[in-house]
Amino acid sequence: MDLIIALAVQGTQMALVLALAPLLLGFTRKVKARLLRRRGPPMLQPYRDLLRLIRKEVVLADNASWLFRSGPYMVFSATWVAAALVPTFATGLHFSWAADLIAITALIGSARFFLALLGMDVGTSFGGIGASREMMFATLAEPAMIMIAFTVALVAGSTQLSAIAQFMLTSGSLRVSLGLALAALVIVALAENARIPVDNPATHLELTMVHEAMILEYSGRHLALIELASFVKLLLYISVIGCVFAPWGIAAAGDGFTATLTGLAAYVGKLALAGFLLAAFETAIAKMRVFRVSDFLGAALMLGVLAALLRFVSRLT
Amino acid sequence: MIGPLALDVAHLFAGGLVLVSVMLLYQDRMTGLINTFALHALVVSMSVAWQAFIQNAPHLYITAAIALVIKAVVIPVALRRMVVRLGIHRTIEPVVSIGLTMLAAIGLIALSIMVMLPITAQAGTLAREDLSFALSVILLGLLMMISRRNAVSQVIGFMSIENGLILAATGAKGMPLVVEISVAFSILVALIVIGIFLFRIRERFETVDIHLLHEHRGEQP
Repeated sequence: MDLIIALAVQGTQMALVLALAPLLLGFTRKVKARLLRRRGPPMLQPYRDLLRLIRKEVVLADNASWLFRSGPYMVFSATWVAAALVPTFATGLHFSWAADLIAITALIGSARFFLALLGMDVGTSFGGIGASREMMFATLAEPAMIMIAFTVALVAGSTQLSAIAQFMLTSGSLRVSLGLALAALVIVALAENARIPVDNPATHLELTMVHEAMILEYSGRHLALIELASFVKLLLYISVIGCVFAPWGIAAAGDGFTATLTGLAAYVGKLALAGFLLAAFETAIAKMRVFRVSDFLGAALMLGVLAALLRFVSRLT
Repeated sequence: MIGPLALDVAHLFAGGLVLVSVMLLYQDRMTGLINTFALHALVVSMSVAWQAFIQNAPHLYITAAIALVIKAVVIPVALRRMVVRLGIHRTIEPVVSIGLTMLAAIGLIALSIMVMLPITAQAGTLAREDLSFALSVILLGLLMMISRRNAVSQVIGFMSIENGLILAATGAKGMPLVVEISVAFSILVALIVIGIFLFRIRERFETVDIHLLHEHRGEQP
């Protein structure tokens, strides 16, 4: 019986991340439009887009291989599994032993690997440009992510997200390493999700796009899957930031039903706050040149290394 | 006597100072560089004020006030005027390469931590942390001075070294006030001398790129 309940809670989490991800993006777009004094599309628009894409016919290029057809499922499943593992509203989920920061980084990395392959599969030049740029960013973003994982693990004594969240809830101290790690993680999250200083999610201008360039050849349900995967990825990064750096209100293992509901409300609140901050940030700054991005991500890597270094100095006894 | 939270805040400020030092190295525009230097001085004065609070050393408040007024306000304003008068406030400075400088900076920070932690084993926790951070700030200032070609950036590197010295002195429980005041004023005098010097260089060579000086020492460019 316990096993069934545990599996049900885990299943709720899996469904929750999938259900909330388009809403988060719709909310962010709405806030951004309102900040620019425009009306903006309704918040449910991403769901409608996905439904419309699923209903549409798939148009395949003549020279598309099996990889082109199966790739979107791989990208989507890797991202979904990663997002479902992160403790969002409760830490003691059934599969929380697998919710390891490094494992999640690896899952996202494999999703990116498949996406870059898909971009190159048909052989158009845009896909190649997008894939090579994505890989260039990844060479800096992934080491930065690993350094962040190391720093957090050094501070909290574990790479498991549940344990980290519990540690952050109970320790309650200011640490310069964690501040640096947070800044680095925010930069990595902006770059990985193709948000504004790195890539503009709303543009189709050929020379600047990265993520859009890779998926230019996709249509129909394949495109819907890739889009949904990118929505889930945004939610995943916000959940990781929330779980590691702001775990307030998250329900612990063995807590009752009310605690879980409180955790759920806190989680939705955190998502809304993060979406609002993201929109406000995006209206405030301009997109940078592609060749400046390596400096921007290099700063994230540097912050991660610095955080790990400063950890060795802090709180010597 | 010093609670863990007080220690954490002191650590936060000292680590923040190292971070701002790295940010100084990251800047490639004159105005951004001067603004970041003002931030550097602000962080050092907050750090010193916090030390004064947790060490019960009221004279350190004066040190903090001097740092705030002279280095966070007077010197940046003077430098900005100087840069505008020299007509280089819009120039983008050719740095060696930001990536390489960053790698060198990380190496220097690691070096100073590795050097300072073993040799200060008997000292208090606060002093150990502050000394290792102060050494990294000083080394980063030196790196700034050798990796920049523009004389104004070298002046800023020099000033950031002085901030690192203040951090070291306050962490080691007390620098006499007389010393601090005299250091602050000698920095001001140095600024004036350097300022006059900059204008002389510019009059003579019509640029503040110090590479042109090498030819006049008989070296091959």
